[in-house]
Amino acid sequence: MSRSDDPAHGLKGHEAPSRLQAFLASDIVYSWKRQPVVIVASLVTLLMFAGAVFAPWIAPQNPFDPRQLHLIDAFTPPLTTSELTGNFYLLGSDGQGRDVFSAILYGSRISLLVGFASVLFALVLGTTLGLVAGFRGGWRDALLMRIADIQLTFPSILMALLIFGVIRGFLPRSLHAEAAIIVLIIAIGLSDWVQFARAVRGTTMVEKNKEYVQAARVIGLPDVRILFQHILPNVLRPVLVIATIGLALAIIAEATLSFLGVGMPPTQPSLGTLIRVGQDYMFSGEWWILLFPGLALLMLALSVNLLGDWLRDVLNPKLR
Amino acid sequence: MLAFLIQRVLQAIFVMLMVSLFAFSLFHYVGDPVLNMLGQEATEADRAALRAQLGLDQPVVVQFWNFIVNAVQLEFGISYRSARPVTEMILERLPATLELAIVSAIFAVVLGIVFGVYTAIARGSLLSKFIMAVSLIGVSLPTFLIGVLLIYLFAVNLGWLPAFGRGETVRIGSWWTTGLLTASGLRSLILPAITLGLFQLTLIMRLVRAEMLEVLRTDYIKFARARGLPQRVVNLRHALKNTLIPVITIIGLQLGTIIAFAIITETVFQWPGVGALFITAVRFVDIPLMAAYLMMIALVFVLINLVVDLLYYVVDPRLRVPGGSK
Repeated sequence: MSRSDDPAHGLKGHEAPSRLQAFLASDIVYSWKRQPVVIVASLVTLLMFAGAVFAPWIAPQNPFDPRQLHLIDAFTPPLTTSELTGNFYLLGSDGQGRDVFSAILYGSRISLLVGFASVLFALVLGTTLGLVAGFRGGWRDALLMRIADIQLTFPSILMALLIFGVIRGFLPRSLHAEAAIIVLIIAIGLSDWVQFARAVRGTTMVEKNKEYVQAARVIGLPDVRILFQHILPNVLRPVLVIATIGLALAIIAEATLSFLGVGMPPTQPSLGTLIRVGQDYMFSGEWWILLFPGLALLMLALSVNLLGDWLRDVLNPKLR
Repeated sequence: MLAFLIQRVLQAIFVMLMVSLFAFSLFHYVGDPVLNMLGQEATEADRAALRAQLGLDQPVVVQFWNFIVNAVQLEFGISYRSARPVTEMILERLPATLELAIVSAIFAVVLGIVFGVYTAIARGSLLSKFIMAVSLIGVSLPTFLIGVLLIYLFAVNLGWLPAFGRGETVRIGSWWTTGLLTASGLRSLILPAITLGLFQLTLIMRLVRAEMLEVLRTDYIKFARARGLPQRVVNLRHALKNTLIPVITIIGLQLGTIIAFAIITETVFQWPGVGALFITAVRFVDIPLMAAYLMMIALVFVLINLVVDLLYYVVDPRLRVPGGSK
């Protein structure tokens, strides 16, 4: 923590090294280093994130480009080089000669995109509403909490399904496939905001009576500025924890909806869609089309989940 | 007691009213019901006639009132897609869902309590560590993936159990069909019931374990041990009994979740239940069916919440004394 320990500290880079040092010496890093499971989970997460982000450069083929698919290579088993085209299929190929490994990379891209976007959406919505409800109180608070109570009565996957159906009802049929990703993000985000709103509201109600808020009020700052510049930074800890756990849940929710056939269409498959498609091949013996996307989803969900649990324990031991 | 009861019932009615309002606005504002029912070729006169017949020419408040009156009589209109009464469609598929839900609930509760008590008592043993590790994976695995993997293992690879469907069913009474009385029905039930109950099993198990560990540390348990009572009596009669309050809450609330999650399991196993029907409704934006399912599931949840609240009273005497609760 102390800056004098830093040998590089001195002439240049005043801030950067000392901040890094402070971070390396913090409780978070300490706890991270001591838990092998968490280290493995973060490595897996990092690997899968990197695979998704750099999919166009890593993947042997673009599974969405029909010109790159070789129909004669259909149903090539894993770890096989096709005798006809000479292509190597690490995890096999599906009925259209699509490389399963590439499909997983591109699929996890969509899964992660939907996961991140819907958590971000829920975070912004829930945090804003929670801040206002906790700060203002009164009827706004009562209304918000009643809505939250009612929504919490139902499982979030059911809410997401309903919201998905409702938004679809407003859209013309021709847009259903194209808008699927946005509809999914809104549906999952709307089914998830309550957690954020509740946590932020509770913390805000505590924070607003503290001296720094009173001081800000006394010097006549507008409410909006007090809320977002003074209180917000102090309620972000639980938000971060909920967001990490929420990411795992959102990825699973997206996969579930897509698997049920009410999410991403087969032309733009996420991991859930890939599993749905793979299920049809399961009975005819092409197990790899189903199993590898399933395994990828499992690894992703499990490692993000573990990270979320760990972060919760480190940042807020009381929640345990 | 009476005041508490009335308050809870009023709350339940309020929630149901809110849900009805939502279901009503679904029906009213998502798409045009008249267009949906008649299609493109209908004349303006036909549309006006149907509009009047459905009561859509009346004020919104009157329409909402009519919607509630109809809903109380289980009348939810005609499905856009199959042109059959929605209530009839749901009722004929209800037995399949309820049987699946009840069997998996029993599976989850019994095994959950047994595993939970065992892992708490034999905390350091190899078996209990194994159970805990497996349960962690069970929590992270999405339901549909569990189902698909079970099918792959037990139906495709080993060929022991059927991969989909409900098997043969027997009709009881005028509308209830059961798969519990035929061999193929029972065999078909095993995999879906495990899939649906696994998450609840792990949840109940972890809860029972945590509560048991808490209770086993208390003085009265030590005292019971000191009195020389047999282990079984201490563990089950003294300890388990006092862990039951949170467990009952969770089991109650999970019962509703099981019915909701049946949507996923039913789709995986092509189980002819209400959940699969609902998914079709969402996919084809069949609003009356969606509204009716929503109302049904809301009623189930509200009733369960009510019963759980009332059960507290039965189980925990402290709540019956004014000011006796924490």
